[in-house]
Amino acid sequence: MIDGIIALYIFMLAAFAGYEVIARVPVILHTPLMSGSNFVHGIVLVGAMVALGSAQTDVGRIVGFVGVVLAAGNAVGGYVVTERMLEMFKASGGKKK
Amino acid sequence: MNGLLAAPVAKGLVDASYLLTAFLFIMGLKRMSSPVTAKSGVIWAGWGMLVATLVTFIDPEITANYVLIVTAIFLGGALAWWTGKRVKMTDMPQMIALYNGMGGGAAAAIAAVELLGGETHSRAGVALAVLGGIIGTVSFSGSMIAFGKLQGLITRSLRFRGQQFFNALLLAVVVGLGIVIAVTALGVMASPATPAMMIAGFFGLALVLGVTMTVPIGGADMPVVISLYNALTGLAVAFEGFVLQNAAMIIAGTVVGSAGTLLTQLMAKAMNRSLGNVLFSNFGETAQAGGPVTGSMKPIEAADVGVMMAFAQKVIIVPGYGMAVAQAQHKVWELSQLLIERGVTVKFAIHPVAGRMPGHMNVLLAEAGVPYDLISDLDEINAEFETADVALIIGANDVVNPVARTDKSSPIYGMPILNADKAKNVIVIKRGQGAGFSGIENALFFLDQTRMLYGDGQKATAELIHAVKAIG
Repeated sequence: MIDGIIALYIFMLAAFAGYEVIARVPVILHTPLMSGSNFVHGIVLVGAMVALGSAQTDVGRIVGFVGVVLAAGNAVGGYVVTERMLEMFKASGGKKK
Repeated sequence: MNGLLAAPVAKGLVDASYLLTAFLFIMGLKRMSSPVTAKSGVIWAGWGMLVATLVTFIDPEITANYVLIVTAIFLGGALAWWTGKRVKMTDMPQMIALYNGMGGGAAAAIAAVELLGGETHSRAGVALAVLGGIIGTVSFSGSMIAFGKLQGLITRSLRFRGQQFFNALLLAVVVGLGIVIAVTALGVMASPATPAMMIAGFFGLALVLGVTMTVPIGGADMPVVISLYNALTGLAVAFEGFVLQNAAMIIAGTVVGSAGTLLTQLMAKAMNRSLGNVLFSNFGETAQAGGPVTGSMKPIEAADVGVMMAFAQKVIIVPGYGMAVAQAQHKVWELSQLLIERGVTVKFAIHPVAGRMPGHMNVLLAEAGVPYDLISDLDEINAEFETADVALIIGANDVVNPVARTDKSSPIYGMPILNADKAKNVIVIKRGQGAGFSGIENALFFLDQTRMLYGDGQKATAELIHAVKAIG
């Protein structure tokens, strides 16, 4: 189980990881990277699935259903958009100095 | 599906898969931060998402509603797939806002289910559920407003006196309600009706807060705002991850939260403004001209510009949002190729905040096939304007306004700009005589060496291509 201090450790280390990953990024990749990180938080999908899968009431099911729809949109849309953007970088990537 | 595996085994498998997912996400983002490996980065992250989604079906905590889950995934996924594939490259920023808002909404929905469900959580769990709920909801409605503004659905920036006071008050009420909900959830069982109403009010007011926070912000600042909401959604996801004891959500959410915060700062810095300034100053549309600009704008014909460029040594092209709107990037590259064939040195100068997002112009130029090595950023190119015969400004405005260097009373004073005014000739392609997005008069347009080529970016560039070809 993840609780208390362990959770804080994870939080801290993940925060550093995120900072380091982005710290030396060329400006040209800012938009794709924002899009990419937008895709990554689409992982909220698994949480929405659990929330809907454990909902007992009608209200819970409705809210959970909306949550899963939104989360799936975040994940799929984020992926498609990021992929399309980076596709273009690949196309002209051969010229990279 | 349940009972396929014993619960502890299934849980172990889920946890192990989430570890793999976290690894793939971080590696994916790392790869996305270099142009060479960027494409593979998103694919790595994509596998991570796929693994996590599939394996979650065997999570023992999911006991029912399988049909609903699959339906919802297909519904949301198909809609997003369809819109994401169809959207034009120039409209990418608002799509990011839209998908980001959906993520925030999902985090808020999780918070709502957990708070309504009445399951016992630890104190920290309840507090984080409430906090993640606020952040996710604000991010949801705020992102939707950002989407609406960039998509042109919302054209006015609503402002009223005491707006910031109103927002602060609203935030206080939302937080207050959140505390009450948290205390009720932790305390003895209250009557079930009261918390439900309160929770509904809590989320409703948080929705309103996201709207009133975002509505007054001018369109020019939207990239920073979207980036901020992106980071906030990450944070909300991380918080709900704690509530659900879900390591993948905690790690991915936190990584996005910190990376997004840094990205937001970089963007605000590129505009020489603090984040607080972006959020609270209402710049972007209310700003007045820093001072009277003397002189007049001098128009020019495309044929003359064609000759000027064809016989130049060096041409620097400065694209801006206008190029994106006019979808002129392909024509611009075609024009550049013609000039390069004639032996002209052509370079592209990209301001960090040109367009609606950092790198927006780079994406568009890359789409048109412009090679990397012709594209320079502000620091690289600024010294070169003095040696340029022609600076061709296509749809850029504030980022080339010399007022930022000279006029202390101007709202954009101190913002680093591209020194296009140092070029021997400046050609500005512009639709009309109006001021730019910020509403500030551009002193560049009134300089002696500046000529205005009025017209839509794409049409004007096509005329230039024609003119250069005509020289033979």
